[in-house]
Amino acid sequence: MGSTNSTLSKIPNAGDLMQETGFSPAHIVRLYDRYKALDKDKKGHLCPQDFGAIKELAMNPISDRIIGAFFSSGQEVLDFPSFVRILAHFRPVDKNRPKDPNSPEHINSRSNKLKFIFQLYDQDKDGKISRQELLQVLRTMLEKQVTEEQLESIADRTIQEADLDRDDAISFDEFRKNSLWCPSRSIKCRATD
Amino acid sequence: MAPYSQLSFLLTVLLIFGALCVTSKVQIQSSSERQSASSNTGSTGESTSNSSASITTVPIVTWKWHHVETPYLVALWILVCWLCKLMAQLNSKLKSFFPESALLIISGFILGGIVWGADKAQTFKLVPRNFFYFLLPQIILDTGYFMPNKLFFSNLGAILVHAVIGTCWNAAAVGISLWGCYLGGAMGNLQIGLLQFLLFGSLLAAVDPVAVIAVFEEVHVNEVLFIWVFGESLLNDGVTVVLYNVFDAFVSLGGEKINAGEIIKGIVSFFVVAFGGSLIGVVFAILISLLTKYTGKVQIIEAGFIFVLGYLSYLTAEMLSLSAILSVTFCGVCCQKYVNANMDEKSVTAVRYAMKVFANGSETMIFVFLGVTAIDTDIWVWNTGFILLTLLFVLVYRFMGVFFLTWILNRYRLVPIELIDQIVMSFGGLRGAVAYGLAASLDETRIKEKNLMITTTLIVVYFTVILQGLTMKPLVKWLKVKRVSPTELKLIEKVNNRAFEHILAAMEDISGRIGDNWWTRGWKRFEDTYITWFLMKPEARKNRDYLFSIFHKLNLEDAINYVTEAEKRGSLAFLNQTDGTIVNFEKKLRFSGVMPDIMSELDFGNNNVQPTSVIQDTVPSVSLNIHEHEMKRMNEDFNAHHLLQQHLYRSRKNHRHKYSRSNFSINQSEDEVQEIFQRTMRSRLESFKSAKMGVTPAKKITKHPKKDPNHKMSNGKTTDKSKKHPYGDEDFEFSEADSAYSGDGGATGGSSQRRGTYTMGAGVENPAFMPEMDTPPPPWVTEAEADTSVAPSQGAQRYLPWSPRNLHRLAPLRISDRSTDSFLMADAPATEESSEESPQQPSQRDGTHM
Repeated sequence: MGSTNSTLSKIPNAGDLMQETGFSPAHIVRLYDRYKALDKDKKGHLCPQDFGAIKELAMNPISDRIIGAFFSSGQEVLDFPSFVRILAHFRPVDKNRPKDPNSPEHINSRSNKLKFIFQLYDQDKDGKISRQELLQVLRTMLEKQVTEEQLESIADRTIQEADLDRDDAISFDEFRKNSLWCPSRSIKCRATD
Repeated sequence: MAPYSQLSFLLTVLLIFGALCVTSKVQIQSSSERQSASSNTGSTGESTSNSSASITTVPIVTWKWHHVETPYLVALWILVCWLCKLMAQLNSKLKSFFPESALLIISGFILGGIVWGADKAQTFKLVPRNFFYFLLPQIILDTGYFMPNKLFFSNLGAILVHAVIGTCWNAAAVGISLWGCYLGGAMGNLQIGLLQFLLFGSLLAAVDPVAVIAVFEEVHVNEVLFIWVFGESLLNDGVTVVLYNVFDAFVSLGGEKINAGEIIKGIVSFFVVAFGGSLIGVVFAILISLLTKYTGKVQIIEAGFIFVLGYLSYLTAEMLSLSAILSVTFCGVCCQKYVNANMDEKSVTAVRYAMKVFANGSETMIFVFLGVTAIDTDIWVWNTGFILLTLLFVLVYRFMGVFFLTWILNRYRLVPIELIDQIVMSFGGLRGAVAYGLAASLDETRIKEKNLMITTTLIVVYFTVILQGLTMKPLVKWLKVKRVSPTELKLIEKVNNRAFEHILAAMEDISGRIGDNWWTRGWKRFEDTYITWFLMKPEARKNRDYLFSIFHKLNLEDAINYVTEAEKRGSLAFLNQTDGTIVNFEKKLRFSGVMPDIMSELDFGNNNVQPTSVIQDTVPSVSLNIHEHEMKRMNEDFNAHHLLQQHLYRSRKNHRHKYSRSNFSINQSEDEVQEIFQRTMRSRLESFKSAKMGVTPAKKITKHPKKDPNHKMSNGKTTDKSKKHPYGDEDFEFSEADSAYSGDGGATGGSSQRRGTYTMGAGVENPAFMPEMDTPPPPWVTEAEADTSVAPSQGAQRYLPWSPRNLHRLAPLRISDRSTDSFLMADAPATEESSEESPQQPSQRDGTHM
């Protein structure tokens, strides 16, 4: 299935990318096709508007933040390697891939995944989720019939539960400790289907 | 529980009564039939003249059973069957582990027993003719019509492989193995040859989608698996019938005459029948789509066209001896998009509902009758070897077929189908009514062991539907239980999990789907340029335009808000309000105001604007008496978890399965998606607008309409206070207005906004409901409130911060019958203050919270 109209050889730095992200050649080719499809004006890079054009994303309550995560460093363009790198966060953790002791953790490691989510909360990048930031997230993720009072009480409880050093904010460390959820089979990764 | 048990008892009585009714009617009928048969074997014309001639006086009323006999019986049976379904549904305990189809079959047994007891013979059976002409078409049409199209076509290859090759494999393997066992002497002396065995195998290959889907809905299987099984079971009904017909032809041809030429002819006819049927379906789909372009004039029967033409496509294909099932399937699949676009929204809803009523109704009848049919001594012929071996082979070959085909397909898939999914898929091979219908329509003269075949088919059906259906859910759960035991998650974890699901869904969208390749893009372009032009109304085409449709939706929402708002204020106010007033009184008396949680809980009762949600309204107001501090604490805690659980948007992943046989849902998920979508669009519109006006793009905060409830709350509180200075203090009012404005995304939050003001002020004369200035005040307002001395524009701004800005989209011509400055005021803050005020918000919110 899937008529692939580009080959690996046409993709710049494909080898390095695979090495870095652990994607297979088929994955890379497919992602490249997708990348080109998203790039509607053939300008060679993606910009936030390209993501905005994905209709399904509009159904996602936190789409703004997710799109924002792709353009994290403030620039308005996204090239293919960065695109792949960000998607690589969502690869399942594979056990048989030998872990290189002297290299940092793989992109798709658990803590990197958590870091990705953490960034979505932590919009001002101060390394903490403040009450304000949490409220904003809750606001987007809860149905609109929930009142602000309720939102605030939820946010307060949330921080209370997770806040270990009582500074009224959740640091990444606290965040990680409180995220014991096991990425179950379903959650692991469908991103690359 | 108690009322339910009562109700179900009542229903049981009713049901038995109904059954007795049916049987007594039958007795009357049969006896009178005998009478009439004995007395009058002549023409029917004679008999009617006979009856009219024999009267001596003018009768006032007469007993005319014969006039109504057939329709009466049909109607009664429908009633009884549906009552069975109702009972099955009411019994929530049983339902939780027993599949509904199995329950229906069992109640069919009981009904059959009653009839048998009364008649000493089974008067009612599922007659193949009735089944294939009156019960089956609407079920198939329904499935086709509600098919998730995109998913279906992007997986068409795999589905076809499973439906065609898998079915052929099943038929051939079962047939040949049975034949082998027969030759080996496992089933005694039967008059069956290889061809008959193959015929039998082919009729047993039909997989019934109903039970599978029912289970799949509850256990979240992934979407690929879902569409595979769904599509397979749908198409393979068609394939089975075709295969059956081919073998039937072979059987009637007789073994000797079959040579290579005939076999090739058989294969050719297989494809011609299958593709011809599909083609007929497509042609009819085009007809329907074309017709609905013009049916706007007869809107009231518009919906009917779909059914009539759908049925005609079935009959036409049948007439041409093409595959009727495939025809009606493709008719449904292909027309849905254009029909939905062309027809009025109401008609579309009507079609959907009617479709579900028909499909569900006839499905119920089919299952009940499958049960009823069994209670009949005529058809039961026991042959242990034959029956057991059939069961075994059906099960085993299903597994083998699925595993083998998936193995092949997996080699071409980027993400392979996992083992668990394969097991589920194999286990989902339930046999249903199609198999029985085919078995019952076997020709007794050519197939001597017809009754044995019917018996076996019935047993296979019962076995798979009841036993496999029963064990499927536990099995899937057992297989899928690989996760940690569910401890009470912390709030942050809950939020996180959900966030992660959202992110994954988003990543999936970003990285695209498998089917998103050159072919689909090409087809899309072709469709957009030609087919849409041909099959859609011009207006509908315009609707498809992205921005336009969003604009349309937003407008619609504004209109609804506007109307409901007016209703609340106007003559219908008491409807929405009474509860609120009472509650508020109590609240004011007892807790003097500060129990946000309980209050908000209560608010759920009367905030509902949509008539559909009225049902939920009765729930709250339980927690009124909790006013101890610690109790409140607990309550709050519970509330936080509960609220979070309940109101987190589900990720799209969790409500993917758009098709459900039994529930037609303008469901919550649908609403949710709409809600999210509109929020996104609104925020985009906002940022777009502000960008265009040269104002700095609204801060993150302003993008989320959700924030406004807090203003509403703070507003609400201050409103209470402000009541004390009756509108004199202009400055105060202004600051109020400003703060209200800063919640500029308020439009979507409109309903909750209203809720806030309402509960606070309800029961007391409330200045909240002032007509907004932009639009001509509705009549009920002008009478009642036009003379209030408040400066109306401010009132409007304060309480309906969203209205001027959003409603002027609705009403392009602003007919302001008040002062012009109010008009200006209404407009100005909308554009500027919204962006200016937003930075202040956080502090403000903090203020309210601390």
